[in-house]
Amino acid sequence: MFKTEKKLVGWHIVLALSSLSIGAFFGPLQAWEHAGWNLYPAMQPYIASYYQGLTLHGILNALVFTTFFITGFLTYVVATSLDRPMRYPKLSWAGFFTMVVGLLLAAVPLLLNLASVLYTMYPPMMAPWYFYVGMTVFVVGSWMSGWSMMITFATWRKDNPGATPPFQAFASVITMVLWQICTLGIAAEMLILVIPWALGLVPGIDVQLARTLFWFTGHPLVYFWLLPAYVSWYGMMPKQADGKLFSDTMARFAFWLFLLLSTPIGFHHQYVDPGVPAGWKYLHAILTYAVFFPSLLTAFNVAASLEYGGRQRGGKGLLGWIKKLPWGDPSYTAQNLAMIIFILGGAGGVINASYNVNLVIHNTAWVPGHFHLTVGTAVTFSFMGIMYWLVPHLTGKAIQRRVALWQAWLWAAGMLIFSRGLHWIGLLGAPRRTMLGVAIDNYGTGEWQVASMMTGVGGTILLISGLLFFYVIIHGAFFSKEEVVVEIPFAEPLTDEVVPAWLNNWKPWLIAVFALIIIAYAPMIINLVTDGAAFSPGFVVWK
Amino acid sequence: MMHIDRLEKIYIYISIAVLVIFTIAITIAGFALGIQVPSPSQLIDPNTVASTGPYSEPGLRELSPGNYELYIRAEASPWRFYPDEVTVPLNSTVTFHVTSADVQHGFKLQDTNVNFMVLPGQESTLTYTFTEIGDYPYICTEYCGVGHQNMYGVLTVE
Repeated sequence: MFKTEKKLVGWHIVLALSSLSIGAFFGPLQAWEHAGWNLYPAMQPYIASYYQGLTLHGILNALVFTTFFITGFLTYVVATSLDRPMRYPKLSWAGFFTMVVGLLLAAVPLLLNLASVLYTMYPPMMAPWYFYVGMTVFVVGSWMSGWSMMITFATWRKDNPGATPPFQAFASVITMVLWQICTLGIAAEMLILVIPWALGLVPGIDVQLARTLFWFTGHPLVYFWLLPAYVSWYGMMPKQADGKLFSDTMARFAFWLFLLLSTPIGFHHQYVDPGVPAGWKYLHAILTYAVFFPSLLTAFNVAASLEYGGRQRGGKGLLGWIKKLPWGDPSYTAQNLAMIIFILGGAGGVINASYNVNLVIHNTAWVPGHFHLTVGTAVTFSFMGIMYWLVPHLTGKAIQRRVALWQAWLWAAGMLIFSRGLHWIGLLGAPRRTMLGVAIDNYGTGEWQVASMMTGVGGTILLISGLLFFYVIIHGAFFSKEEVVVEIPFAEPLTDEVVPAWLNNWKPWLIAVFALIIIAYAPMIINLVTDGAAFSPGFVVWK
Repeated sequence: MMHIDRLEKIYIYISIAVLVIFTIAITIAGFALGIQVPSPSQLIDPNTVASTGPYSEPGLRELSPGNYELYIRAEASPWRFYPDEVTVPLNSTVTFHVTSADVQHGFKLQDTNVNFMVLPGQESTLTYTFTEIGDYPYICTEYCGVGHQNMYGVLTVE
């Protein structure tokens, strides 16, 4: 069963982990640089600077690893939860190969230090045109995988009129629809502004407009990362804990709200931009608070589902059920630790979103401290946990569970220390995306030294955890002799409550999504297009 | 509608109440107490900014006693703020005007709420009143090339 889909997800994981192995390699180097141990001179001439490494770290981890894993994993979830193969598997394969071509095209200038522009690619820093074309082609490939999922889902609905699709397939398709809609911003930035400019067809670029289009995609991007973890938290982890999904309907409601609210909030990344009026920033601040609501719903629903599991396993009392959760299962443990750490990440996110409070931390090291708890842990750590059942499921060979458990606890410990250091030094005023080991001598204080040492210690623990992760996966996939049969842990709803029709009807939701985006974005984008701002030529400032 | 568990309902009401309270807090802070994020000032041509207009001769200008405007031009390669040393008397009110002659930069005056992006084509402004003596570094907070970590200036209040 699902031979093609298994191959698809397998190859996506190979590409995802290959990218992660290079991208993550730079993480400890950055942490050590902050702590005063700069290894970059030793990497000449292969890696020209801290910033070339930082560019690879951001692009390979946050864009390439995530997108490969998500498109592969969700493809498999859609097919298996609907219990039907992909309608057009060739479209999924075409998407995969398109992503590979895009990646290779972008990898060349990245590795040659021709495109050390960080993952935000802010103009008027100008990389070679084929870097931008490669990144665009990569995103188009992920669209094709998304179309394949949407078509399969639509075919299922046609064949099962009036039936409610399984939560896992529904939530996966919502994620890909969200991705399709929100990436229109970066597609417009690349195709209309950046690529013609990098090709020399136009003399300059409107920097404020480009930033605005980038962040149109930039915030929903984090929900594209997060929602596949939520698919697992809602739709799989309860099963792993012998529980059931507490409220299937509220889970679906939360996913609709994510689709509705995660795009029209991009200005909260631009609170300190000169070209956007405070009133528009304030509107996006309120909408950003609104998108916390479905995450708060998620916290209750997932915790209730796991509590039900803990009690089924014999847990008693107010908190006694927590002890009975399957803490011996590395797949479960990694994801449960990830969601606990996400509580801290979410709290930090509320601070970031809080309009004028944001002035204290904007562009400081607090921000990478925050997103290493969210994308670096809630998301990446959950994906690691998912791979701890998914890889044995695909290969039929067991992983070394004890090593994987060590990996999980070390990741949690390392990330808490590392991230605490970055949050702290950020509150003290240290900028993000900066060689802090040098900056401390320029304008830091003694307290900065202590905080930066914490990032160094945390980064070292994360390096050990990362090495253990790759050991567990490679050993399990290629060297393990122990045969094992692992089922996909699809959780069932706790009640047989009928999902109301308005949670099954796409049209009104999609109309609302576009209406809200137009209200939140159209006037400002029209204003920026027509304001007559001077264009900037390109600059290369990283050699 | 649909069935919602009683405890979940209570939780939902609390969640909404918390978000409403936060909204009220940032609204009061922003619009009653005046702790505000930057808004558009004027458009600047980055191609001529170093040769014409106020940014060709950046620096401090006294508008009235205790009231200053400070024009700062950010440049990469070499990575510098022009000027990078400024001195004002205690209790001065300074309006910062900053723009870029090349790539994107950031501007953060340490230990204050003066924090904004510096973009080519745009002027960033915020106003701050200095009520404490000391050195306030202003640092570049956006990656602007390999010399970014050395890009800063110091405003001295005496």
